[in-house]
Amino acid sequence: MTTLTVEANNLTRIYGGREAVGDVSFTLSKGEVLGFLGPNGAGKSTTMKMLTGNLAPSKGSVKICGVDMIEHPKEAKALIGYLPETPPLYREFTVDEYLSVAARLHGVSGKHIKAAVQRAKERCGLTEMSKRLIENLSKGYQQRVGIAQAIIHNPMVVILDEPTVGLDPIQIRDIRALIKELGGEHSVILSTHILPEVEMVCDHVQIIDKGKLVFNGSIDVLKQQRHGNKLLVGFNNLSIKEDLLKVAGVETVELLDNGLLRISYKPGQAPTEAIIQAAVKKGWGLHQINPDQTSLEDVFVQLTYQDTAA
Amino acid sequence: MILNVARKELKSVFASPMGWVILALLLSAFGIFFIHGQNQYFEVMSGAIRPAERLGVTSFVCRSVFGIPTYMMLFAIPLLSMRLISEERRSQTITFLFSGPLSLIDIVVGKFIGLVGFLTILLVFVGIMLSTLNFWADIDFGYLVSNLLGLWLLVASFSALGLYFSSLTAQPVVAAIFTFVALVGLMIIDFFLTGDDGSLLRNVANYLSLMRHFQPFARGLIDTADVAYFLLFIVTFLTLTVRRLDADRLRG
Repeated sequence: MTTLTVEANNLTRIYGGREAVGDVSFTLSKGEVLGFLGPNGAGKSTTMKMLTGNLAPSKGSVKICGVDMIEHPKEAKALIGYLPETPPLYREFTVDEYLSVAARLHGVSGKHIKAAVQRAKERCGLTEMSKRLIENLSKGYQQRVGIAQAIIHNPMVVILDEPTVGLDPIQIRDIRALIKELGGEHSVILSTHILPEVEMVCDHVQIIDKGKLVFNGSIDVLKQQRHGNKLLVGFNNLSIKEDLLKVAGVETVELLDNGLLRISYKPGQAPTEAIIQAAVKKGWGLHQINPDQTSLEDVFVQLTYQDTAA
Repeated sequence: MILNVARKELKSVFASPMGWVILALLLSAFGIFFIHGQNQYFEVMSGAIRPAERLGVTSFVCRSVFGIPTYMMLFAIPLLSMRLISEERRSQTITFLFSGPLSLIDIVVGKFIGLVGFLTILLVFVGIMLSTLNFWADIDFGYLVSNLLGLWLLVASFSALGLYFSSLTAQPVVAAIFTFVALVGLMIIDFFLTGDDGSLLRNVANYLSLMRHFQPFARGLIDTADVAYFLLFIVTFLTLTVRRLDADRLRG
């Protein structure tokens, strides 16, 4: 049985008459990683603030593991670990001091604090920084302290707002692994600008644009959308455009700058075999044939532009 | 949970040199007036031959120690209270508290107790210092306790006011200036308007004046009306602070 950890119903937030987030609804089950995408100012952070109880929604409700955020904020907040856009760090503390404070404020009992701090430091690779002042740490390490703070009390739901900003590639890899690991036992929501990251760590993706959800589904759906109905074909003989159009299923043929042809076909009628046969028969000099993958960026742009056009 | 917030605040005061410096300066101020009071005592009393002119050493030294240094609190408390909320708002660490399992009351009262805890440390030292008079004299501990309690309530009220002004802005310096002006305002009411001619304005001013409610303590009188006044003052400003923070959450 899957248990719902996050339920958002018709979340709406109005800032002085302007709707920053409108009617966002979704659910998340235990063990899932949800990626939150959207251009700047789309309402990602606003949504996250509402999920964590930092901002009261104008309409709608949030439930964490069945506990209503508005009616029982204390109980609901105890189940969440949150890393906001700017890591909330007390710069005058050392890493150890800060994490102990975080553990205590999140209700970790006195005798477990040491172990919790130790574990969080290990998970985020901070063990060597224990006695350093947060003020003196680099941006990447500060970011890691922010993540450590969010997972220190082993929350059911971890919400990370752009967790990999300012990290170097090795750290990014570690943090992604950590997020995947967290996804095993908890639910994770993360927002990001880095699209490949979503593909690597998330099970579910949501794309938000101008405060509206424009895409909500599993990562596989998005991947399928990526493949599209296109083939990328290379011929030695380039003057065969007309002939190609006669092959069953082919809709349009387009010559690209790099000498390859992009063929789009009717959904479900891949003409791959027909093209190869025709090429062999007529000696077009086929040297390459590939499914044409649109990049995730293109899909993203498509989805966010569609909305504007509509 | 309230105590956890208070503990964090106290730790944060002592994590920077600021807390230590203010503690040291205030203690030395109290110390100087303590020594001064003792010296004066011998000078004045050696001239007072008739028994009616003689004063107890406790009340004489206390008058010196709790006189001018009390006014120093007017400067010290805005400096200590200014950071409490405005600094957290500016560096966006307030989110850390808002997203934890804490109610706004926990946060506000915790911060208040943290600051009052710091000032209590100061007052405990002052109390110990004055108690050392007991080595060579027989002092009136009741009088001393009344003075300490009065000062404690006074600085707690200052802190509550400072906390409220700190919640209004994201600039610590602005918070400090407003707190200072408001505290001096409450003093000015005392200096210029208080009197006993029975007009309504005077009565209101008399009632509002912090100093007027502090003076009975300085005379060794613990009046429940004055205690109630200070408690009401504190509760009022803490409530206003909670409401201000709630508005943050609602309006964003």
